Amino acid sequence: MALNWWKYAAPQTFYPLSGRLAPWFLALAAALAAAGLYIGLFVAPTDFQQGESYRIIFVHVPAAWMSMFMYVVMASWCAVGLALGTRLSFMMALALAPTGAMFTFIALWSGSLWGKPTWGTWWVWDARLTSELILLFLYIGFMALHAAIDDVRRADRAAALLALVGVVNVPIIYFSVKWWNTLHQGASVSLTRAPSMAATMLVGMLIMALAAWMYAIAASLYRVRSIILEREAHADWVRQLPEASV
Amino acid sequence: MSWDSPQAFFAMGGYAAYVWGSYGLAAVCIAVELWLLRRRRRTLLRAVGRTGGRRDGPA
Repeated sequence: MALNWWKYAAPQTFYPLSGRLAPWFLALAAALAAAGLYIGLFVAPTDFQQGESYRIIFVHVPAAWMSMFMYVVMASWCAVGLALGTRLSFMMALALAPTGAMFTFIALWSGSLWGKPTWGTWWVWDARLTSELILLFLYIGFMALHAAIDDVRRADRAAALLALVGVVNVPIIYFSVKWWNTLHQGASVSLTRAPSMAATMLVGMLIMALAAWMYAIAASLYRVRSIILEREAHADWVRQLPEASV
Repeated sequence: MSWDSPQAFFAMGGYAAYVWGSYGLAAVCIAVELWLLRRRRRTLLRAVGRTGGRRDGPA
């Protein structure tokens, strides 16, 4: 491959690339969500224990997975930025944070709405729920710390450090259902054994997870384009953009 | 197809508030995020077009 990836580390070259890619990811997310919702709401059978309330799974699990996954991706961009000093890496991390926080919030909210009919309570301070709530605070803390520091380069580095320290929370969330006694059920899907759910339920959930993933990419690409414009507003190439000459 | 009628679908076996509350919140979150992203971009582009990119206002 003669493709030069470093070329796209420059905001100026990544800006048009992200603009071309983002609509495709958004369209893919919409198509996958339509398929996943159809399977989840119309094809998947009623659960013999939980009745129809289990259908929250098609929102809850994809959101929870994305909340953890996006944090790891965000922290990875922070690590790359700290190690290589690439400005675009910090911009990517900053672009991921709001969408990650949104998925964390959706996971907590839908989990609460699922907990009430199945456990009889909206919330318990157990390991899984508490560590997921801490994840939300980490996302918010990352954005707040970044916003509180005027010098962008210092803000990038300080927030990156926070993100990297916070990454220790992600395995705690993931393994919390094994390490502690918790109301939350164990993983229904794992790499080591057959999934403990009906095939159509599983397929619907995985398609919804893919949809959430594609949406996360699209939203982050759209956001990073604005971040690039904000930070490069003084640059000639921004002034010469066709869309800027309104 | 696992539903006898549209009413049965919307009732979700008595769990309508929980199920649709989850789906509804997710839909609202995504709609609001896309709207905010669009607004941010438009505001930015207008500012870049007006000031020629300089932060100290129009020349």
